Amino acid sequence: MKTNTLTVSQVNTYLKGLIEDDVIMSSVWVKGEISNFKHHSSGHMYMTLKDSDSVLKAVMFKGNTFKLRFMPEDGMVVLAHGRISVYEQGGQYQLYIDGLEPDGVGALYIAYEQLKNRLEAEGYFSLEHKKEIPQLPKKIAVVTSPTGAAVRDIINVISRRYPLCDICVYPALVQGSGAAQDIARAISEVNKIGDCDTIICGRGGGSLEDLWAFNEEVVAKAIYNSDIPVISAVGHETDYTIADFVADLRAPTPSAAAELAVISVLDLKGYISGVQRRINFGCKKMIDDKIMALKSVCGKISVQGVLNGYNQKRMYIDSVLKDIEGLVSEKLLGLRENLSVSLAKLHALSPIAVMARGYAAIFKDEKIVKSIDDINEGDNIKLYLKDGALYTNVTKKERKQWQKK
Amino acid sequence: MAEKVTFENALKRLEEIAEKLENPAEELDNAVKLYEEGVKLAAICNKYIDEAEQKITILSKSGEQNFVPEEE
Repeated sequence: MKTNTLTVSQVNTYLKGLIEDDVIMSSVWVKGEISNFKHHSSGHMYMTLKDSDSVLKAVMFKGNTFKLRFMPEDGMVVLAHGRISVYEQGGQYQLYIDGLEPDGVGALYIAYEQLKNRLEAEGYFSLEHKKEIPQLPKKIAVVTSPTGAAVRDIINVISRRYPLCDICVYPALVQGSGAAQDIARAISEVNKIGDCDTIICGRGGGSLEDLWAFNEEVVAKAIYNSDIPVISAVGHETDYTIADFVADLRAPTPSAAAELAVISVLDLKGYISGVQRRINFGCKKMIDDKIMALKSVCGKISVQGVLNGYNQKRMYIDSVLKDIEGLVSEKLLGLRENLSVSLAKLHALSPIAVMARGYAAIFKDEKIVKSIDDINEGDNIKLYLKDGALYTNVTKKERKQWQKK
Repeated sequence: MAEKVTFENALKRLEEIAEKLENPAEELDNAVKLYEEGVKLAAICNKYIDEAEQKITILSKSGEQNFVPEEE
């Protein structure tokens, strides 16, 4: 056995020592394209960095991955920071990454795009899910830092525009570590207490890093799950955060959010007097219509019309009366004639008239005598003539046949 | 009743009255009543606006407390 023989382990350990002692290799930036990326269930990330000629194995332990603001993908060109060391069991040197940034565009930008695309695909931005902002809120929750310009701007604008609603500030960290979780907690607290009609959630302007909490998934989810409508108000006009896309309404600035949250009392008073005008006009029109209707009815039943109708009836009645009169007098005339004829007939039949012609009526004991059988010879009888009576005695009876039977 | 009606309800009722009075089928007797109600409601609404007292609070561990934002 040769005295300078080394074991495999000794070689690897020796090399490991050499490399780790090297100043350059202990802290190095490596630029390369990611391939064979694997996010292991243990939480560690394994990948190969490569350029056109060569490859370098790399690993990022779980503890360092938490700092990542984007998810590495195959084909992505990155700047990886770390140290080179030897994995003795595998006999391989590799890069132990402690920081990873996309080359070219920033890590935050990539993270933003990735989360935005994912949440959009999951329906977090869908218009159907967006709630209407109440027009006349009784209480507004402001989720933001209790110090700084944003909270002051929001309160000033709401107080000036619409002092009818109360404001409650739900203090939250809006930047730095834990900010996103704190914002999410405040939003769910507003929902839990539940006495507010609208949530304004935001902060004033700042760098992309300052606004970063509003690009995190936990905030997006809290806004999405809020039963109370959320108006986002992050940074300036040009800043678009994930929170803006999820919110029910996006305001370009905190002041603008306050303007969107409430109507101004001037507008409200104008609106109320508008409604009053509608009421006045409606009433006036109704009364005018009734007067018009009344007038048109009055026109139809004019006094002249009534008089004309009356006169016509009157004339008709007169003519009927005249007809009746005529008929009656005609009838009377007829009756009178009939009467004189009847009287004449009656006259003709009167015994007086008969006596005038020379006949006599014979009475015995005040009874008319119609036959000789009623009389005996020697009886006293009375003869009535036209101008008096004769008292006589019957001396003889003689039967005669005056007419054939 | 006039004491208890909220601003929101007063405004809603006022809008309803305007709608009813714009309908020519409304009875005149009823219209007069509605008009009187409308005048009262508009006054209530304006009173609410003019006499509004806004509460500005901050949520703390011990509940809501009055809040005045810092001036710059």
